[in-house]
Amino acid sequence: MDMKRDYYEDVELFSSGVVLFWSVAFMVFLFTLPIYMPNYYIYLLNIIIVNVILAVGLNILVGYTGQISLGHAGFFAIGAYGTAFLMTYFHIPFVLALPLAAFIAAFFGFILGLPALRLEGPYLAIATLGFGLTIMHVIGRWDIFGGRMGIHAPPLDLGVPEIGISWVLESDISMYYLILIIAVIMVVGARNIMKTRVGRAFVAIRDSDIAAEVMGVNLTIYKTLAFAISAFYAGIAGGLFGFVCGFFDPFTFNFILSIIFLVMVVVGGLGSILGSIMGATLITYLQYDLLKNVSEAPYLGDFLVSISKRWLTVVGLENFGSIALGLIMIGIIVFEPLGMYGIWIRIKKYWMTWPF
Amino acid sequence: MIGQLIVEGLAIGACYGFFAIAFVIIYKTSEVINFAQGEMAMLSTFVAYHILTYYHAPFWLAFIITMVFAVLLGAFIEFAFLRPAKDPTVLGLLVITLGAEMLLMGLAGWKWGAEQKAFDIPMSFQVTHEPLKGMIINDWDIGVFIAAGCIMVLLYLFFRYTKLGVAMKATQQNQNAAKIMGIKVERVFSFAWGLSSLIGAVAAMFFASRATLDPNFMMEPFMRAFAAAVLGGLMSIPGVIIGGELLGLIENFFGYAWPEWKPIVAFIVIVLVLCIRPSGLFAKHYVKKV
Repeated sequence: MDMKRDYYEDVELFSSGVVLFWSVAFMVFLFTLPIYMPNYYIYLLNIIIVNVILAVGLNILVGYTGQISLGHAGFFAIGAYGTAFLMTYFHIPFVLALPLAAFIAAFFGFILGLPALRLEGPYLAIATLGFGLTIMHVIGRWDIFGGRMGIHAPPLDLGVPEIGISWVLESDISMYYLILIIAVIMVVGARNIMKTRVGRAFVAIRDSDIAAEVMGVNLTIYKTLAFAISAFYAGIAGGLFGFVCGFFDPFTFNFILSIIFLVMVVVGGLGSILGSIMGATLITYLQYDLLKNVSEAPYLGDFLVSISKRWLTVVGLENFGSIALGLIMIGIIVFEPLGMYGIWIRIKKYWMTWPF
Repeated sequence: MIGQLIVEGLAIGACYGFFAIAFVIIYKTSEVINFAQGEMAMLSTFVAYHILTYYHAPFWLAFIITMVFAVLLGAFIEFAFLRPAKDPTVLGLLVITLGAEMLLMGLAGWKWGAEQKAFDIPMSFQVTHEPLKGMIINDWDIGVFIAAGCIMVLLYLFFRYTKLGVAMKATQQNQNAAKIMGIKVERVFSFAWGLSSLIGAVAAMFFASRATLDPNFMMEPFMRAFAAAVLGGLMSIPGVIIGGELLGLIENFFGYAWPEWKPIVAFIVIVLVLCIRPSGLFAKHYVKKV
């Protein structure tokens, strides 16, 4: 079905005209979305897009390069605190502070990538986990970062206030357009990376690092590069997240957040950018909307409340979100290891070969 | 003062090592890192708490019921969540256990709420002895040492002399060969999970009496124990106990010198150790097959 006839066809950004058409249509849909969406959902949408950026970055590391990271909340925190800190204390304009913070995150990613050269599986998991916790702890200790009380994000000013050009984004909708544009750049960038020599080296490392090394892939460079790129994405996402939330403290970036990031990637589908987008959207929606107000959900809500009254506690019903996420994680691995992308492939195959 | 620090470090280290044994049993048999270990133990401790508080049962009875519950819980998780997965990858298994962790944490929070509760075991901190001058040891420390020692001896005897223990060792060495020899490998897996859940539950009771009981209380000890297990090499039970003791001592001494960095010193040590010896201190380094 999807036969590639030559190299140039393989490296094209859009594999066919159909994909290009739907991508453009989807873009148009996203850019006109605020017109027919209630205002509350714009906030949710902002968080979803931030998580999409992060999930795409994490997928480069986990899905394409095959390394495990349980510390991405750490990079996320570096992005959020870094951007806010650079803007507040050094008065660097937003357009510079965000990439700068992301480069700081990428640098930490590079550092974390160094032990990862020799570690794999559970050992890598504990090293990255320790990294995430360390970042959270260090930020919580330093008073310039607001300590345990957390900090408020500075006003989101796209201009340079020092020379008198000021363009402050205040509403959720204007922020939505900013985040959306950045997200489109990041996602297209990720897709582009995976079509290049670097991306192919990542995939080779995932499939077998020893074989990749024999083929001439420099493991030192590419493994650390994968960590750095992934951390860069997390840093950008974190910087934007700070502005979306307006206020954050170190405990926002805890171990559970790292797990949820991993869940987004796995639920969406490993090694697929479309999958990451779907996974991040679904999980964020579940987490911030559906499961948060589960007692008001139709049918299910009443049922759960009655169960809670009968055997459990009504106050504890908010924990249902955690139960549902856990079940989704287990269910995806057991029934559909390729994630939502796998379901999508199956639907596509069914229609392409119909009626057989 | 130094004696005091050593005793405390050894006691908490024994507790970490004790809990880390639970990891090792699962990792050795089925090559899964069980991220749900802490939460399995947490749920078991909550069951004990429930029995003690609402039915006013004596401690030994609650303990026995909890142990039975822990074994069933471990076996159930293996049976319901891990067994149905068809040739999962390392990451897939990890995600399943993380999912089980969130599931159990949510269940405990739903049933018992998030507020912190006190959990008492017969070995208290209040009763202290002073065998040497300047070295105070309390009942809790003694309890941990005895429990860890007993578990070590029992496990040794179990793996050495019982049929099931030998079957477990056979499964660890080569699953296919074990199957040919007539061992029901799935059943061995379920049993390993039950056993590990039981050991974890005993350790969690010690942790709970040290701090307080709430759905998140096993998070920190779990990570320390994980670190201890990695330090010890994830493969040998004595190695893991030594890893736990080392971690406890390092943490206690650092905590005394720089109290504010105590929570993260364990991880810095782990990363440094892993940089030098990528598979822990006491594991034989094996070469990966292509």
